[in-house]
Amino acid sequence: MAKVIIWSSLKSHTGGEANLEIAAANVKDLLARLGETYPGLQPQLQRGVSVSIDGVIFRDGWLQPLKPDSEVVLLPRMVGG
Amino acid sequence: MPLDNTESQTRKFKVVGTRPIRPDGIDKVTGRARFGADAVAPGMLIGRILRSPHAHAKIKSIDASKALKLEGVKAVVTRDDFPDKTDGDAALYDVLYNVMAREKALYEGHAVAAVAATSASVARQALKLIKVDYEVLPHVTDVDEAMKPSAPVLHAKIFTDGVEPKPKKASNVVRRYEFGHGDVDAGFKKADVIVEQSFKTEATHQGYIEPHACLANVGTDGQGELWVCTQGHFMVRDTCARLLGMDMSKLRVTASEIGGGFGGKTTVFIEPVALALSRKANRPVKVVMSRDEVFKATGPTSSSSIDVKIGCTRDGRIVAGDATLRYQGGAFAGSPVEFGAMTAFAQYDLDNVRAIGYDVVCNRPKQAAYRAPGAPMANFAIESVIEELAHKVGMEPIDFRIKNAAREGTKSSYGPVYGPIGLLATLQKAREHPHFRAPLGKNQGRGMACGFWFNFGGQSCVTLNIGVDGTVGVVTGSPDIGGSRASMCLMTAEELGIPYEKVRSVVTDTGSLGYNDVTDGSRTTFATGMACILAARDAIKKLCARAAQIWGIPEDAVTWDAGFAKPAGGNAGNFPPMSLKEIAAQAASTGGPIAGHHEYSADGAGVSFATHICDSEVDPETGFTKILRYTVLQDAGKAVHPSYVEGQFQGGAVQGIGWALNEEYIYGKDGRLQNAGFLDYRIPVCSDLPMIDTVILEIPNPGHPYGVRGVGETSIVPPLAAVANSVSAAVGVRMCETPISPPKLLAALDRKSGMKKAAE
Repeated sequence: MAKVIIWSSLKSHTGGEANLEIAAANVKDLLARLGETYPGLQPQLQRGVSVSIDGVIFRDGWLQPLKPDSEVVLLPRMVGG
Repeated sequence: MPLDNTESQTRKFKVVGTRPIRPDGIDKVTGRARFGADAVAPGMLIGRILRSPHAHAKIKSIDASKALKLEGVKAVVTRDDFPDKTDGDAALYDVLYNVMAREKALYEGHAVAAVAATSASVARQALKLIKVDYEVLPHVTDVDEAMKPSAPVLHAKIFTDGVEPKPKKASNVVRRYEFGHGDVDAGFKKADVIVEQSFKTEATHQGYIEPHACLANVGTDGQGELWVCTQGHFMVRDTCARLLGMDMSKLRVTASEIGGGFGGKTTVFIEPVALALSRKANRPVKVVMSRDEVFKATGPTSSSSIDVKIGCTRDGRIVAGDATLRYQGGAFAGSPVEFGAMTAFAQYDLDNVRAIGYDVVCNRPKQAAYRAPGAPMANFAIESVIEELAHKVGMEPIDFRIKNAAREGTKSSYGPVYGPIGLLATLQKAREHPHFRAPLGKNQGRGMACGFWFNFGGQSCVTLNIGVDGTVGVVTGSPDIGGSRASMCLMTAEELGIPYEKVRSVVTDTGSLGYNDVTDGSRTTFATGMACILAARDAIKKLCARAAQIWGIPEDAVTWDAGFAKPAGGNAGNFPPMSLKEIAAQAASTGGPIAGHHEYSADGAGVSFATHICDSEVDPETGFTKILRYTVLQDAGKAVHPSYVEGQFQGGAVQGIGWALNEEYIYGKDGRLQNAGFLDYRIPVCSDLPMIDTVILEIPNPGHPYGVRGVGETSIVPPLAAVANSVSAAVGVRMCETPISPPKLLAALDRKSGMKKAAE
């Protein structure tokens, strides 16, 4: 089960919990299961998110594989100027 | 499969790291380079846009009948020509609404109609003949005012997201964000010293010298072409095609040379309008913004209002940090406040940290990205309080920062745990720098600040064509806004083992290459550069295969070394090395053209840190601030072309200095912009500044084969605070608002003098 950390203002959609555990093979799978498990996260997921996997930020890496002990941090979709 | 980038730690470079002459230099200094406004086409019409004179008004009707009767007018477009094809995509709908006002004009300068005519003078006359019936509404342009319950509400559909319970009344507060970890309240209980202050920053414009410009040509068959000055022509193609209901493949977009972007050319403004006019007139239509339009109707950055509270122990260890950030993003959702909140404390190792952000709308132009969007304002507030805390506990600010600096293994304030990062290295280098020991005179002060930005990779697609004469063409789709063509050539030459002069990089159109993301996020040298390296490796495989065929040995018995194919060992045969040029010369007879290609979505960009030092002198009579000395120390991972890296460091610093001291959007009580021109909106020029000193640190990024990190954005993050800390030290008063203009400085000095007299 990957450890998933969401940012604090999303906790209202996960029963007040910022640290979640999701079984997923890759990022695409993880985002889908997050949305299914916590429907309140769907609007943000649709607006776009990036993730950090074990400290490395992935902007679009849906197929990035996850290890059972990966730490995934949900982030707003990265932008730049 | 992940790249094996271990060589980035030890590789000895031959071409990368040198400083060749830029390939676009001659064109740009002789006027041969073609910028957006240089595009022409036979039968071309001139497009002009009618803009709202009101900050907030209902558009009751638009009557263009008189304009259409004017000789020379070939088309008029209004909101009726932009039906909603956004299919529920709220962000795209906002772009549509920004491109052409719908039921309301939401800021002064909002487009309400456009004409295409045979000349600019006819177009201007036609604009005057368009009758728009407005119902003027109350407006708001200040972020704090816009958040008040009594404020005029821009959009009836905005009910603040991210708060519980969700409000039932519409407001201007789009969303609340919160980031952080630990227990802030418990942390503050351990504090011996707490500093709590509020800050404001005014909106600034990216200030690119070249205004937005494009030439659109849409035929009756639905196929179109667009020449445009942009940071991302693939983005322009996709956005315009979706807004106008065109097939993406039928719209071919070519990026011109670009006279600056800095994030401001990462969206569309005039392009869909020019295409709609061209489609309606069945003629090419050129639209070029005036400077007034650039200021009023393109995206400046957000203005902000920020509260910060940080506590530390007597020995200088931070125990808690808390910030509330309010950013207005103009008339539509999407200020970069979440990135302000994420980056605010990113340079520190904190057990207890919280940053709350509010995205707010008001009657100003829709904000656009500006180098490290959202970060400079937050950094200004945090780094100002850090400086105050250091003084209160009697520590040198640099030692205070070193003591609390994030390092490898630190859990960042926005969540992830850092890998190898260069913050401490920049701080230590700063402490050793002669700038830190230089004496200061009367009315002079020294300040410093550390800054952070994420960087990202994104999609890049590269084709590399090898000519029969052994020269190489690198075809990318990343507009060159900061010297990327030179960097692409350097990395390609390095990988192929040929001289830099034998490689030419071209930015091609959307019909000729796969999708490339916008040139933003400090991504191009990292991501498109990596695609060049991987395309070169693809070409090398093919070159080795040709050599193997010529020699009659297996392909895996050939290796590539410094521009030559060689037998892998004694058993492979005794053949003299064959150069790229020799293999290329035989291409026609050995299987045809030789090309390499790579397309991908790059990740692993690696975060970036910088430390800036600023000396300033304040004239107490006039409030004028002179920057005496400025030093930038930043980790570049690997500087591909060090002069360009230095240029990025210097450019970011200068823009930040302008933001700190001079630049601001000034609104009148009528909600109209008072200073929409470079005479009244004062950006720094060379004569205002000393030479910006730079120190490039090279801590290889494990996510890139050469160790490259993006460098384009981090350099604008620390200057607001570095300048503010320097000026505050010079005058002995904490300056909490930007720009720190002479009137604000004189008022602060008067307050200080008043307090001194009262104390006496």
